[in-house]
Amino acid sequence: MSGAARAVVTASEWKLPDRGHVAILALIVAETAMFAIFVAAYLYYVGKSLNGPTPRDVLTLPIAASILLWSSSVTIHLAVRALQAAEIARFKLWWFATIALGALFLVATAREWYGLIYHEGLTIRTNLFGTTFYSLVGLHASHVVIGLAMLTTVGVLALRGRLNATHARRAEVLSLYWHFVDSVWVVVFFVVYVVGR
Amino acid sequence: MTLLDPTLEVPRSDADGRSVPSVLHEWVVSVDHKRLGLMYIASGLLFFLVAGLEATAMRIQLVMPDNDFVTPQVFNRLMTLHGTTMVFFVGMPIVLGFANYLVPLMIGARDMAYPRLNAFSFWMSLFGGILLYSSLLGAEGLFGGSAAPDVGWFAYAPLTERAFSRGNSTDYWNLAILLSGIGSVGTAINLVATTICLRCPGMTLSKMPLYVWINFVVACMILVAISPLTAAQLMLLLDRFLGAHFFDTQAGGSAILWQHFFWIFGHPEVYVLMLPGFAIASEIIPVFSRKVIFGYPIMVAATVSIGFIGFSVWAHHMFAVGMTPAGNSFFAISTMLVAIPTGIKIFNWLATMWGGKIRFATPMLFCIGFLFQFLCAGLTGIMLAVAPFDWQLTDSYFVVAHFHYVLIGGLLFTIFAAIYYWFPKATGRMLDETLGRWHFWLLVIGFNMTFLPQHFAGFAGMPRRIYTYDPNRGFEIWNQISSVGVIFQAAAIACFLVNVIRSLFRGAPAGDDPWDAWTLEWSTTSPPPAYNFETLPAVQSRRPLWDLKHPDDPDWRFE
Amino acid sequence: MLAPLPALAVDAVVHTSNIFDPVSAPADSVFRIAMLVLAITGAIFVIVGGLLAYSIIRYRRRRDDDGSEPAQVYGSDQIELAWTVIPTLIVLALGLVTARTIYDVQGAVAPQGATRVTVIGHQWWWEIRYPALGIVTANELHVPASNEAGATPTFLDLESADVVHSFWVPQLAGKTDVIPNRRNQMWIAPREPGLYLGQCAEFCGTQHAHMLLRVRVHPRDEYDAWVAAQQQSAVVDPSVAAGRRVFESTACINCHTVRGTVATGRFGPDLTHLMSRDTLAAGAALMSGESLRAWINDPDHVKPGALMPAMKLDDAVLDQLVAYLQSLR
Ligand code: HEA
Ligand code: HEA
Ligand code: HEC
Ligand code: CUA
Ligand SMILES: [Cu+2]
Repeated sequence: MSGAARAVVTASEWKLPDRGHVAILALIVAETAMFAIFVAAYLYYVGKSLNGPTPRDVLTLPIAASILLWSSSVTIHLAVRALQAAEIARFKLWWFATIALGALFLVATAREWYGLIYHEGLTIRTNLFGTTFYSLVGLHASHVVIGLAMLTTVGVLALRGRLNATHARRAEVLSLYWHFVDSVWVVVFFVVYVVGR
Repeated sequence: MTLLDPTLEVPRSDADGRSVPSVLHEWVVSVDHKRLGLMYIASGLLFFLVAGLEATAMRIQLVMPDNDFVTPQVFNRLMTLHGTTMVFFVGMPIVLGFANYLVPLMIGARDMAYPRLNAFSFWMSLFGGILLYSSLLGAEGLFGGSAAPDVGWFAYAPLTERAFSRGNSTDYWNLAILLSGIGSVGTAINLVATTICLRCPGMTLSKMPLYVWINFVVACMILVAISPLTAAQLMLLLDRFLGAHFFDTQAGGSAILWQHFFWIFGHPEVYVLMLPGFAIASEIIPVFSRKVIFGYPIMVAATVSIGFIGFSVWAHHMFAVGMTPAGNSFFAISTMLVAIPTGIKIFNWLATMWGGKIRFATPMLFCIGFLFQFLCAGLTGIMLAVAPFDWQLTDSYFVVAHFHYVLIGGLLFTIFAAIYYWFPKATGRMLDETLGRWHFWLLVIGFNMTFLPQHFAGFAGMPRRIYTYDPNRGFEIWNQISSVGVIFQAAAIACFLVNVIRSLFRGAPAGDDPWDAWTLEWSTTSPPPAYNFETLPAVQSRRPLWDLKHPDDPDWRFE
Repeated sequence: MLAPLPALAVDAVVHTSNIFDPVSAPADSVFRIAMLVLAITGAIFVIVGGLLAYSIIRYRRRRDDDGSEPAQVYGSDQIELAWTVIPTLIVLALGLVTARTIYDVQGAVAPQGATRVTVIGHQWWWEIRYPALGIVTANELHVPASNEAGATPTFLDLESADVVHSFWVPQLAGKTDVIPNRRNQMWIAPREPGLYLGQCAEFCGTQHAHMLLRVRVHPRDEYDAWVAAQQQSAVVDPSVAAGRRVFESTACINCHTVRGTVATGRFGPDLTHLMSRDTLAAGAALMSGESLRAWINDPDHVKPGALMPAMKLDDAVLDQLVAYLQSLR
């Protein structure tokens, strides 16, 4: 451009944020809004069920499961660090640890639900508590499932030796999603098992 | 120089002379933001014709008291389909289509950040629309009133619960919008990533064209606005299919909760629709006044504050549900606050025209129509925001008049402005000015004739969503004028269609920059090649082409 | 197609139901603030619209234009500040007036001697109960007028039996929604005796359009007489005993109440004093023998979608039944 009293910015000086990070943050914002509505519905209906069972009757703190899930945030972080350092073996170790922790969390949830449905007789149709409980916890669990599916895909690629340090950025983006799923569980844990009880 | 996405589509030779299926195939598999943008807009226009015909049928039914042109069931379905289609399958796709087409061009990028996600999003929303209309084939089919939804576009609970809505008509509504919502969120994520990460060298945030800025704000709003609706619709889905009780008042559920959830989405949604209209006006008015936009920073600030305030006003749709006086006052005042940033915009457009040399080409005519009609619409909005006045006006035809003034007088007029303005860029051919003028004036007359009287019908006590009314209430005259206006509107739309179809084949060649404009899309060819720009541009100011055309007086000296 | 029944047309006298013709306290308050708002927005429209029109005409490109670009003005802090501050002041003022009116209307408490009525919305008719007086009726609300001697307001408790409805009689007050699982309140204090029309204002399904409301405002003594009449049990008229037998041996009694008989259903309107009402089925037709007959023969024909089934009675039985219903004054 002519008359350049001011220097034109050249392509090499021009740095913009990474699109993977921006996009996953945008997705997280959208998902947060969705969870917020389910949480709002849960809180609004606390104590409004017309009949039992109530949360106090049937819910126990899922401490073990929560620790499993939350520690998977640590393992995935370590995995990404390993990948950045191009230490593929260490990456695989932490990555599969993450998958295992997530899967164990799901198993714990499944056992909790089994008990609630078959022993306590609480289903989604029983009362408002059942309705809001299964939907909020279920929505979260479905996110864990989706996360596990993506983690496993990457895991399989890693096993086939198709992963290297250049993929670290993408793995990091995926880990952001996983951290999000874990932090949602913090909210769900407090809303459902602490406040709601 | 290609520092951005290197995955360029191979430039194709011209479509002429190839078979229809192969051209079609090329469009369907396309991930080019321009093609997807055009498909978005085209699908929106098709649905507009359908929903317009539904409106026409409603206006025929209402032309006289105790009419029986359609049965009550059919009327309620027409009303629901019309509103749902216009908002979700006309407004959203057209608005997002323009953003898709223009944002990458305006920021000097080669495509959106995620071309495949882009295609996925478009097809999701199109399938949503198709799903909605496939309800016509359900139940007793087209002539038996079908299984089309009949619960109104905001589908208040508990009318949507199994107890009151048997069959699957409500499910069509629910799932269709759920799908299109996923599409909208996908496109919003894409727009955010594109705007942040793909700007050409030199285009800092404060140098983005206003169009891009506003659509960026819109994309952010979509992220936060659509997901609550998705959540509420998932709840409704659970209620209807698994027997949950979210909105089941017989099991202690709340009818009002749905209203909150819907309007937490619904109000931001109306700004999601209108802000892109503002964006269009902010590009066209300067070009045809030959002046730079007045007060760019405050325009950006006003947009962002509309975005924020827009999330704290939703319960102005619920003044009659019996909120506390404190709640009513809060939502009344927060609603009125929106008048301040919106006023700033109007005044800045005014100041942009002031001292200019205004050319009344069709795009500018539509923008001028928009300015006056949106002023009316905004002021009726203020009347509704005065909660006590709203107790009288809510759910009356006054509200119908208000929102058609914003949605047609505001949004649709700017959309037509945009079509006349960017058609030459997208096709390489001009639209005809004479037909354009007919289109404009017929629409001004028809639109005002249809919707101005509805304010008075509302004053006279006519509720909305009634399939008929008694002769003894003084409603006829307003309804008759209103229905006659539709004839003019239909004529206007016919002019438009003829114009588009004729110009596609026989329009005058446009050249790269027919309007002597200033943003980057006019620096490439018309239509732009698949890769948009031969070499990626670099910019120094908000009006790169002005700088180019006026090297002695470049913009960046003043910004 | 449904041929309209000419004989059932609603009365031809035009009744206004204009919100700018208020006859009762809450509607008066709304009227006052509405006038203020109309004045303010009207002034804004004239000023801003005028400026727009002026600039468009004044700054159009002239025929003899030399093609040069006009002076580029990028902004002006003072002017922009001005048009931020002025609307802010207007909004503040309007907001305060609005809040005051809201508190005025919603803050009213029922004085001693206020009439209390419970209105229950049904798809697509209104159940109207006077708990203190033991009266149950439908679709037509009767209230006393306030006079110089003092306001005798009526306080309404609004409930719904099914979906959301909205109670709206424009000349008396704004709308209040009628919501299941919730009790809303509103009040009216009409000044002038007369008939005021309104209708359901929230979409509630197929016959939302025929969920009409009539409010009869009586001078005190007339109102007292109406109350006394309504408190009577149903008239027993031996000449329609056949019709009564039909009624009591048909499904009618599952849905309708006729006080003093075996009919105690609550799904449909109370029929004890059916003939004291002007209209049938929430304004779908004027009350008459003929329209009653058409209604019972096939409710769907009179009010398509109505939730009362056709009983498939033959003509003779139908005549007896209608004769009985017509005795329920
Ligand atoms: C494009 C969409 C759009 C837009 C932009 C708006 C803009 C506004 N709307 Fe509207 N609205 C709808 C679409 C829109 N609306 C729809 C679809 C419905 C009905 C939904 C349904 O029920 O089906 C609705 C319903 C609706 C209601 C609920 C009515 C009811 O059902 O009871 C209310 C109430 O407050 C309202 C208010 C407003 C206000 C205050 C604005 C403001 O943003 C307007 C601001 C603009 C101005 C005020 C003019 C310019 C300003 C100046 C010149 C400055 C000076 C002015 C002052 C100081 C006052 N709208
Ligand atoms: C973008 C939004 C939008 C647009 C553009 C319109 C456009 C129109 N609307 Fe719309 N309307 C809504 C959004 C919109 N509407 C919404 C959200 C509702 C609320 C629904 C609800 O309550 O749930 C509503 C409700 C609504 C009602 C109230 C229904 C009721 O409450 O009972 C009415 C009644 O008059 C109406 C009329 C019209 C008319 C006459 C047009 C006209 O402008 C239409 C003009 C178009 C045409 C006339 C078509 C032209 C066709 C041709 C020229 C034929 C050519 C055809 C072929 C070649 C195939 N609309
Ligand atoms: C399934 C329940 C049901 C049965 C059975 C039933 N009705 Fe009804 N009836 C209703 C409902 C509901 C309405 C209100 C309809 C409306 O206005 O939309 C109504 C309204 C009426 C009205 C008009 C009342 C008014 O105030 O306007 C009359 C009269 C009437 N029914 C008579 C009868 C007679 C006679 C029978 C028996 C032959 C009968 N009904 C059987 C449900 C029933
Ligand atoms: Cu009841 Cu509408
Ligand atoms: Cu709104």
